[in-house]
Amino acid sequence: MVFDLLSWFCLIAGGLTGIIGAVGIHRFPDFYSRTHAVGVTDTLSATLILLGLAFQAGLSLASFKLGLVFILLFLSSPTASHALVKAAVHGGLKPLLESDISEKKS
Amino acid sequence: MFIAITVAILITMGLALARALLGPTVYDRIAAANMFGTKTVLLIAVFAFMSSRTDLLDIALVYALINFIGVIAVLKLVERGDLYSGISAEQTKTKAKR
Repeated sequence: MVFDLLSWFCLIAGGLTGIIGAVGIHRFPDFYSRTHAVGVTDTLSATLILLGLAFQAGLSLASFKLGLVFILLFLSSPTASHALVKAAVHGGLKPLLESDISEKKS
Repeated sequence: MFIAITVAILITMGLALARALLGPTVYDRIAAANMFGTKTVLLIAVFAFMSSRTDLLDIALVYALINFIGVIAVLKLVERGDLYSGISAEQTKTKAKR
């Protein structure tokens, strides 16, 4: 019963985090801030959802596989975000500064 | 209740797909595709539990691997302009100048 409650709490929190990240990818003004929304919420929502599913499975082969998926996502997702930003900097994409925004307004 | 989580993940995937189609720069598109792939892994994992066929988790595992390798490969293609040689396009230009 306690595990069920914990599991649903984690799953709902994970789903909400995912939606927040998806809204963030539309609301932020430029690429680098969007990367923040994607990178942070992706890792958090994946962690929460996999943890919730592992609570459902208990100690079994399924939760071991969920652990493997978690380790893989936890290593690869921040690496992919880092490589993405590095490629953007290398490709000469300039971040949006405060002065650019005030120029647009005036 | 699993259906609610599935719907939440599908909404996230839809919004990520919209950014991938709209995105002003190519890096926006790659970031959205990366997010889409991660959410696909989660969707497969939730679906495995929803249909109580936990063997499907193997597919989620493979998808996570392929997604990462795919993103890195596309990034290399965008950054260097080719995939087949160890030398980048700029280095080839400087070598030709010499």
